[in-house]
Amino acid sequence: MLAFLLRRIGLIIPTFIGVTIASFAFIRILPGDPVLLMAGERGTSPERHAELMKQFGFDRPLWEQYFDYLFSALQGDLGNSLVTKKPVWDEFFTLFPATMELSFCAILFAVIIGMPAGVFAAVKRGSWFDQTIMGTALVGYSMPIFWWGLLLIILFSGMLGWTPVSGRISLLYFFPPVTGFMLVDSLLSGQKGAFASALSHLILPTIVLGTIPLAVVARQTRSAMLEVLGEDYVRTARAKGLSPSRVIGVHALRNAMIPVITTIGLQVGVLLAGAILTETIFSWPGIGKWMVDSIFRRDYPAVQGGLLMIAAIVMLVNLIVDLLYGLINPRIRHTR
Amino acid sequence: MKRTKLFLATLLATTMLAAGSASAKTLIYCSEGSPEGFDPAPYTAGTTFDASSKPLYNRLVEFKRGTSEVIPGLAESWEVSEDGLTYTFKLRQGVKFHSTDYFTPTRDFNADDVIFTFERQLKKDHPWNQYTAGIAWEYFDGMSMPDLLASIEKVDDHTVKFMLKRPEAPMVANLAMDFASIMSAEYAAKLEADGKKEMLNQQPVGTGPFKFVAYQKDAVIRYAAHEGYWSGKQPIDDLVFAITTDASVRQQKLKAGECHVAPYPNPADLEALKADPNLQVMEQEGLNVGYLAYNALQAPFDKTEVRKALNMAINKQAILEAVFQGAGKIAKNPIPPTMWSYNDAIEDDPYNPEEAKKMLEAAGVKDLKMKVWAMPVQRPYNPNARRMAELIQADFAKVGVEVEIVSYEWGEYLKLSKEKDRDGAILLGWTGDNGDPDNFLAVLLGCDGVGGSNRAQWCNKEFEDLIQKAKTISDKAERTKLYEQAQVVFKREAPWATIAHSVVFMPMSKKVSGYVMDPLGGHWFDGVDIAE
Repeated sequence: MLAFLLRRIGLIIPTFIGVTIASFAFIRILPGDPVLLMAGERGTSPERHAELMKQFGFDRPLWEQYFDYLFSALQGDLGNSLVTKKPVWDEFFTLFPATMELSFCAILFAVIIGMPAGVFAAVKRGSWFDQTIMGTALVGYSMPIFWWGLLLIILFSGMLGWTPVSGRISLLYFFPPVTGFMLVDSLLSGQKGAFASALSHLILPTIVLGTIPLAVVARQTRSAMLEVLGEDYVRTARAKGLSPSRVIGVHALRNAMIPVITTIGLQVGVLLAGAILTETIFSWPGIGKWMVDSIFRRDYPAVQGGLLMIAAIVMLVNLIVDLLYGLINPRIRHTR
Repeated sequence: MKRTKLFLATLLATTMLAAGSASAKTLIYCSEGSPEGFDPAPYTAGTTFDASSKPLYNRLVEFKRGTSEVIPGLAESWEVSEDGLTYTFKLRQGVKFHSTDYFTPTRDFNADDVIFTFERQLKKDHPWNQYTAGIAWEYFDGMSMPDLLASIEKVDDHTVKFMLKRPEAPMVANLAMDFASIMSAEYAAKLEADGKKEMLNQQPVGTGPFKFVAYQKDAVIRYAAHEGYWSGKQPIDDLVFAITTDASVRQQKLKAGECHVAPYPNPADLEALKADPNLQVMEQEGLNVGYLAYNALQAPFDKTEVRKALNMAINKQAILEAVFQGAGKIAKNPIPPTMWSYNDAIEDDPYNPEEAKKMLEAAGVKDLKMKVWAMPVQRPYNPNARRMAELIQADFAKVGVEVEIVSYEWGEYLKLSKEKDRDGAILLGWTGDNGDPDNFLAVLLGCDGVGGSNRAQWCNKEFEDLIQKAKTISDKAERTKLYEQAQVVFKREAPWATIAHSVVFMPMSKKVSGYVMDPLGGHWFDGVDIAE
């Protein structure tokens, strides 16, 4: 197991270097620069432009800027945002808990509904239930997030008035953030009704962000289950006279879980991409919206720092998934 | 028994809490974006000013609400010397800075604060010139203040003198702009002593109608009424900015009562908003202009009759309907109708494709192929440049001119369009900074702007003489005459096709009263009240 772990960690180093190069290059490949965009229609003189570029350190050779960025990043310094002038690290971790809370709820929603739906669809293969589930999953998978979000807001918040339109908590509640996770902070604040308010604000964004992972999990569970249900040992278990629920729940589902866990792990990247749109619609103060704003403003340090952090998180999650996978499936940790 | 007591106690406490919160009047504004910081001077975005300079600070002079007229602010009065080079301001006394949990002022506003505010932007060696890494005084520089200001002197605690290098009539209007918001020198000194200079941009202290309470990035900004405000406490107790970037979501929040005022509605939603019995929609013409600038240095656009003919080929009414969806007004002058010196006697070039075709033939222009540049971004003065370019393309085709539409990334667009040898006519626009006609006419059409902000690359001696003269005299009536004449020259020479001025809409709850729309595009909440 230790060798497996070391092998996986060893792979992370070149990936990390690759990510720093990609994130550094990405924002610089885009035409335009932060000074031009800051000045807007008003414009700046070429001299003033050069002066500001020098002040930001963008006049130095690219390789020098890159190594500066790389070594600072290794020491945990991602530089200061050109716009807010605050450290990128602080900005990221102020906003990250909001994204994490939403992503966690979305994946929980996807698993809690998606897995049982997939199992039932597999067991009732070909039935109207199966077809409805799989049809709905396909629709969910193809749903444009922006449109889906607005539709839910108009229906549940606008017409029915069941859920709040946007934000993380009612503006009536005001307490300093402790953990940055609103569900936890609202409980810690001790203010009556704060937790319920935070929870009600999470409902729609969770559904919107969780829809695509839900569809993927449901489809993946169904196909994994179908495969496992056709195995000899399942037939044997049935022949032994075990109850159908025991055959499905214990013998089949456990083995079907392996590819499903991998799928869930892969959804982390999808979630972060979906978070950009979901956060924009629901005025959710997370990193998705922040990244988009930073790209539009050509805030070089914020974009390269943000991308690096996101990549690091995705790598970490994938490492954890791989380790979990290794724990569940011994074949993985013994091969290669 | 015990349980009943506990229940009663809880009930009592809840009631008291509810009563406490009900007596505090809170106004919620669904703002369209996050501020970049709370020190307005390094920034240029209206969103940042709405959250910083407007609620938190005052300036020496202010724009009278709802107009671009300059009135006394922290300066009670001012005098301009004969030669127009010295401006002496008498400062208001008894003005209090905000007391917050991070700063308690020990003195009232005085001349030191004024000196600090401007010197940090003017002097490169000032300890606050670079108070955080990579700071730039965009607006101060953009309004050419470093070339204009010789020095600022404290005469006594309540008198300050601004010495200019040359006479400049719009100087006073410049001082009403956001970058001129007066900061507390005492607070700055404290931050410097604590080694926390950067907090000036994060925990602001001003003299304005509201004081800063808290900001949760990208989510909420909270302000409280400034108890000791020099012109009296505000009718509301708390002001909250709920940051909501999507226009459709802002509209839903307004309808659901989650906010009271929500700016920048989608034009398509206006009908529904106006029909809602709980809402009111205010409107005002924006202080802006959207235009198509030819390149007057390049043939055949160097000929006035060619530019004039093309102007007559554009169906502006169709553009207004398709691009502005009614939220605009046809422009005939380079300055908007709400600005002083607007020359209403001028007649716009009539839409007449047949006549335009004849004029082009008479000018010897045949089979003309040209480029029209379409902006890649949405702006109040042009909500959809691509669509506008397509309509112009169709209009020009009718007079035998073939148009190719080009576009670039915004930063590149702004840069490339400045070049003197730019190929083609460009769609662009301008939003006023200080309500002075000089801010449009000199910046956009003056000879100094050729190769820069004068996208038409047009330099006309008659026009230039008029606007230069108007800059040096401070008598408004006389300046008005000169600008009116300049507009006549502009229309005759046609360096641009003036397209439209936008109309800005402001939906809000009917409970809100006292809100006045700002022609300069800002959002102000002093004097605003909300019914319980």
